[in-house]
Amino acid sequence: MEFGFSQKEIEFQEAVEEFLKKELPPDWPEKSRHWPGGYGTIEMPNREMADTAREFRRKLAQKGWFTIAWPEQYGGKAHSHIEQAIFDERMSYFRAPSVGIATRIAGPTILRFGTEENKQDWIPRIANAEIEMWLAYSEPDAGSDLAGIQTTAVLEGEEYVINGQKVWSTIAHLADYAWLIAKTDPDGHRHHRVSLFVVDNKSPGVTIKPLINIVGVHSFNEVFFDNVRVPAKNLIGDKNAGFYYLMTALDFERLLVGIGGFRRFFEELVEYVKQMEREGKPLGKNHSVRVKLAEIAVKIEIAYLFFWRTAEKLDKGQVPDVESSVLKLTTTELSRHLANVTMEIFGPYSQLVTESEWTPLRGMAPRGYLDCVSATIGAGTSEIQRSIIATRGLGLPRK
Amino acid sequence: MDLDLTREQKILKRSAQDFLKKECPPSLIREMKDDERGYPQKLWDQMVDLGWTGVMIPDKYGGIGGSYLDLCILLEAMGEVCCPGPFFSTVVLGGLTLLSAGTEEQKGKYLPGIADGDLIFTLAMIEPGIWYDISKIAMSASIDSDDFVLNGTKLFVENGHIADYLICVARTDSKDASEAGLTLFLVDNKSAGVRCSPQKTLGYDRRCEIVFDKVRVPKSNVLGDLGRASGIFDRLQEQAAVAKCAELVGCIQTAFDMTVKYAKNRKQFGRPIGSFQAVQHHCANMVVDVDGARFITYQAAWKISEGLAASKEAAMAKAWTSDASRRVTSLAHQIHGAISFAQEYDVHLFYRRAKACEVAFGDAEYHLEKVAAQLGL
Repeated sequence: MEFGFSQKEIEFQEAVEEFLKKELPPDWPEKSRHWPGGYGTIEMPNREMADTAREFRRKLAQKGWFTIAWPEQYGGKAHSHIEQAIFDERMSYFRAPSVGIATRIAGPTILRFGTEENKQDWIPRIANAEIEMWLAYSEPDAGSDLAGIQTTAVLEGEEYVINGQKVWSTIAHLADYAWLIAKTDPDGHRHHRVSLFVVDNKSPGVTIKPLINIVGVHSFNEVFFDNVRVPAKNLIGDKNAGFYYLMTALDFERLLVGIGGFRRFFEELVEYVKQMEREGKPLGKNHSVRVKLAEIAVKIEIAYLFFWRTAEKLDKGQVPDVESSVLKLTTTELSRHLANVTMEIFGPYSQLVTESEWTPLRGMAPRGYLDCVSATIGAGTSEIQRSIIATRGLGLPRK
Repeated sequence: MDLDLTREQKILKRSAQDFLKKECPPSLIREMKDDERGYPQKLWDQMVDLGWTGVMIPDKYGGIGGSYLDLCILLEAMGEVCCPGPFFSTVVLGGLTLLSAGTEEQKGKYLPGIADGDLIFTLAMIEPGIWYDISKIAMSASIDSDDFVLNGTKLFVENGHIADYLICVARTDSKDASEAGLTLFLVDNKSAGVRCSPQKTLGYDRRCEIVFDKVRVPKSNVLGDLGRASGIFDRLQEQAAVAKCAELVGCIQTAFDMTVKYAKNRKQFGRPIGSFQAVQHHCANMVVDVDGARFITYQAAWKISEGLAASKEAAMAKAWTSDASRRVTSLAHQIHGAISFAQEYDVHLFYRRAKACEVAFGDAEYHLEKVAAQLGL
């Protein structure tokens, strides 16, 4: 039993931190107002920050850290999962621009299941941070029940013709390609009738409409596919194996919970509470405030332990499907709890959205209070996670 | 990083589990709840033979020189079966205090007796109006030639009715009302003036009121330095709290396992109740609580075992595990439904034991306050 890191891991952690301090503007963590666990506040609020993010990703790619988990033969660093976890933790602690769907999900899936042509077409461009992708999974009638998608892809000569609608399409408007699932065998079993495609956003027939979320941020979109023609070689791997690839791809995103963001915001909150007064007394001496904050500290510790455990299990070559559901459930429920507690502690000041001298922590409280709603719904609701834990983990019967 | 037990630790845990499953079935817990001593001598003797009572005691005092983690592994296994007896009070409270504060002479005199199961120890700390914090302790210890004379009342003394020695916190400096005036004493329980009244408890453990009426304790029985009880006690409380967590981890693991098994077998509306999402989600929430309790407890235990500072981790562990154990055992009853309300069914044994552990050495709120202090609030 060993709860600490090895010397090599500590050195890697320090190197990542040093890189972040050097390559990100010092005020970035403050300006980047992402709420931990939320899916709705991943915007770059202005052009300048979007440019900084692009430049940062380019430097990550130069350093070879854009693809740290990839095999060395494809330009990766073949780091262990614990090292990836360390990397993700530091990145999210600094609220650094995320590495993205293409690198974390599409790339590893193509490397594992793609044809040789798939690899030649996409791998170098992803590894060099030249292209970004968005996840075209959810549809108006297929949310939690992902196998129930209706979008179709029909082979006509050398092309597939795609028709349908996707929704909750995060950063579709900023990315270059859709990582899309569509039905390719209308009569097949629900788990053997969909395929994965890469679709160029610029294809005729693709319409992207903003879906402004309750935070007021344009992170999501609705995307319509109207007779969109895609080269047949953009089919990833085998036809009708999409659902299997998608489930396997979960392996690659299990650690993407933005764990460091929780610790970062909590530290800011504690420092702020130390300075704040209420009815002439320091707020930090208020018993109920102290207990509320301590409870959050304990929950963050638990979340971190679940995080390291998931990485450790991956390194042991096991599939942490249940562990990662526990991790997703725990972090996103914590996202809500943290937002609620922050609002309670700030009282009337919690409402202030405009950044003024009266607004605590740049208005992160009301921002989190809104964004945390998405945390327990996106990427598999808390209910879906609990069902996975119960059926897959505990073997409770489905009927 | 390796969050698993080592091979040796797994073997220790498995052998402890196998032994206790055989020798400490639920029927024994029921039998012992009205027993005068509260545990069977045979079980205690067997535990001594296995070396458990000497788990952390060095070879030279007759123990096996294991680690604090080994101790926690044994406690987890005992928690799994709600094992009765004076193990915790003797080995954890008595043994660890002597190891950390005893003189060479005291160690040589008492530790072999603990290791070979001849001596029963316990801690006498709580007083009327005092819960977990020793700073306001009122029991007086005044000096009289070569003795101290103790006067006062102690509550919740575990196994006070059978203990050979009480580790007692008392005030040696009557002018100093803070913790600086407190000293630890080793009191022979047969001393004149000690009056013990066992109380019945929810958790079937034996908690006693002990009244000290002019009890004479020789100076040689002071543990540690005069006026220095608080440092020793803080350390003991930290280790005892995490040890209780280990016991709780075992306790809620069993309650949880029983519940999942029941949910798979019990049928209503023509299907197992475990196929209903309402029940499944209760079970999934229990997974978070049980796994969380295990990891946060072993993180603290590992730190203590390695000699690292663990105050924050220990407080976090006791805070989470206390609350988690209440949620888990309460859901265990809910999912079992009416049958769990029957005395003959086992769930309540764990519901009871969990509550006893929850309030021992600081409940969640007490430890959350400690965490808050650690945050610099």
